[in-house]
Amino acid sequence: MNNTSILIVGVGGQGTLLASRILGDVALNSGLDVKVSEVHGMSQRGGSVVTYVKVGEKVYSPIIEKNEADIILCFEKLEALRWIDYAKKDAKIIINDQRIDPMPVITGKVKYPENIIEKIKANYKNVIVVPALEIAKKCGNIKAVNVVMIGVMARHSVFEKDIWVKAIEKTVKPQFLEVNLKAFEEGYNQAGI
Amino acid sequence: MKKLMLGNEAIARGVYEAGATVATAYPGTPSTEITENIAKYDEIYSEWAPNEKVALEVAIGASIGGARAATAMKHVGLNVAADPLFTASYTGVNGGLVIFVADDPGMHSSQNEQDTRIIARGAKVPVIEPSDSQECKDFTKEAFRISEEFDTPVIVRLSTRVSHSQGIVELEDRENYVLKPYVKNPAKYVMMPAMARRRHISVEERMAKLREFAEKSLLNRIEWGNKKIGVITSGVAYQYAREAFGDVSYLKLGIVYPLPENLIKEFASQVETLYIIEELEPFIENQCRKMGLKVTGKDKLPVIGEYSAGLIKEKLLGETPEKLNDIQDEAPARPPVLCAGCPHRATFYVLKKLKLTVSGDIGCYTLGALAPLESVDTTICMGASVGVAHGLEKARGKEQSKKTVAVIGESTFIHSGITGLIDMVYNNCSGTVIILDNSITAMTGHQHNPTTGYNIKGEPVKKVDLAKLCQAIGVERVKVCDPFDLKKFEQIVKEEVAADELSVIIAQRSCALLKHVRFGPVLTINQDKCIKCRMCMRLGCPAIVDRGDHVEINSTQCAGCDLCPRVCRFNAIEKAGGRDE
Repeated sequence: MNNTSILIVGVGGQGTLLASRILGDVALNSGLDVKVSEVHGMSQRGGSVVTYVKVGEKVYSPIIEKNEADIILCFEKLEALRWIDYAKKDAKIIINDQRIDPMPVITGKVKYPENIIEKIKANYKNVIVVPALEIAKKCGNIKAVNVVMIGVMARHSVFEKDIWVKAIEKTVKPQFLEVNLKAFEEGYNQAGI
Repeated sequence: MKKLMLGNEAIARGVYEAGATVATAYPGTPSTEITENIAKYDEIYSEWAPNEKVALEVAIGASIGGARAATAMKHVGLNVAADPLFTASYTGVNGGLVIFVADDPGMHSSQNEQDTRIIARGAKVPVIEPSDSQECKDFTKEAFRISEEFDTPVIVRLSTRVSHSQGIVELEDRENYVLKPYVKNPAKYVMMPAMARRRHISVEERMAKLREFAEKSLLNRIEWGNKKIGVITSGVAYQYAREAFGDVSYLKLGIVYPLPENLIKEFASQVETLYIIEELEPFIENQCRKMGLKVTGKDKLPVIGEYSAGLIKEKLLGETPEKLNDIQDEAPARPPVLCAGCPHRATFYVLKKLKLTVSGDIGCYTLGALAPLESVDTTICMGASVGVAHGLEKARGKEQSKKTVAVIGESTFIHSGITGLIDMVYNNCSGTVIILDNSITAMTGHQHNPTTGYNIKGEPVKKVDLAKLCQAIGVERVKVCDPFDLKKFEQIVKEEVAADELSVIIAQRSCALLKHVRFGPVLTINQDKCIKCRMCMRLGCPAIVDRGDHVEINSTQCAGCDLCPRVCRFNAIEKAGGRDE
């Protein structure tokens, strides 16, 4: 199996769907087979959300399973921890260093796990941490976190930069294009990569 | 031209390419995007119907009228539409009639996990099952053709993973379908006993012809590989099987009812071990066992939940993935929550405070059952809140009514709450029904409904006035209130619950995610004033966080809805400077 499997995980409302649309468009333009599996409906309401993107010669199952992901794009730290079992041992794990407390933490029933990033780093060697919320704020819209993350991933992908830019231009609403292109650029140029 | 499309979007494209001109539906995850995408084609008349029964009836009418017609619903929607379905099976069609039904194995967004094939078999309606987006489009066109050739409605069965996965689809042109003439034909379309008896004979003849057709249809195909293992499968389960088994032999069924028995026997005779892989019920499997075939299926695979390649490998091949870490177990759950700014939060805050028994319904507000609001006592199906509240009173007496309310969204009330309320009026119930009117069908992703004043295309239309409707059917106590006006709302709920007559409270406030909803600046807690009573925590707002030694508002999450200052007795919650402060 030579498919590339990318998992996008986050919290409902963070824009994981848009990120997967951009990624899907990039894959389609590469001439490869692609499947993107999303979750809509109830679980989207502030719950844990996951999108599966698979690219390759021929893709059958639309979902990615444990130990299969080549890349995990994590929009939130706790979600990174939740889905970490899906990563291959040498997977690229890109984590937005943002914390969003789930309701059981908010109500004080359980604690938000400590040192998530250190724990993941101790088990996986390709971990990239991105202050995506700060970067998005700097670009002018906190909702651009998703495109910052796409920018970081683009830097690590085999696809040319302009294919990504075209996909963003096609996917994002015109009124938000400028801020999103800026967010992509900032993500792409992240230091320490 | 190639396009990446959701399964649901590809269905819409198939409906378009087939030349259909009428489409009607009630929204329901995971089927909603079918009709949303059909609405983008101006060549097709499309609408949101009040419920699935009406939607199917409209589609039946359009078919009798000579058009190719489509309707879409989720699995439980087919229960609502079952009455017209079972008889449309007898009348047959004029223009092609295709019913898209999306099952939800794993219950991502549903209250049960029923299998549409069982209902279809009961109704004697053929079932076609695509396994990816391209097939969604191709099979849709074939479904219309089959419908007309065999004079039958056709069900296209989807599942969450087919509906909500994007795949590459090759687009084609729209067929120039010419409206068929309408000819009065009571023997075919008036189903009273004398006519229906004759039509039942036609149904049985049709099923026999369909069984023959299934033997040679290109929708059923054999992919020969290694013959040590043979797999009979359909839908997305085919994709999982391909990934789990690789190069073995497959009989991929596109028509799952009626089944091609000879093709199955032929396939079975050439393989050593035969597996049946299908999500939910052993529908294909039971038929194979009845045919005397030795198969492995639900003896090893579950009837519960979604399948995956990993599950098949584990259950049939004994392969489990190696554990690469031991840190994942620490992740606490992240259940879905009512959004920051949600009008329902205020409603449930009051209902919990008053310690009421709450019969709930289907919508975002079902989340009022979860901590910390924990308000909802029951959720059964669309519209059930009203009947359940009535039943509680009839079982336990009027005293029960004084501590019970039904809560139901405005769209759900239109869908199937009205008849329940008429029952309450007619049979002298003193209960209280709260209609949560948030101006949109929210959970399924913001669709208009008969109370919003707009149709599926966003064009202004007449709207149902909920208060007048309730008065017209005989409810004398009808109150309208914004639940964010906490004191007034609490007062009204107290009064109406205590009243000896039936009452309806319309809790009116728009969904926080609607574009026209504008809130003020985000809020912040003045730590000098806060005495840490944690009253605000009772709202269960995702933006208000307990840090142990203090409570704070997460400015990224806060919508600025201004609800929390209304529960703070110490005026400690203040407006912050701006959105990004």
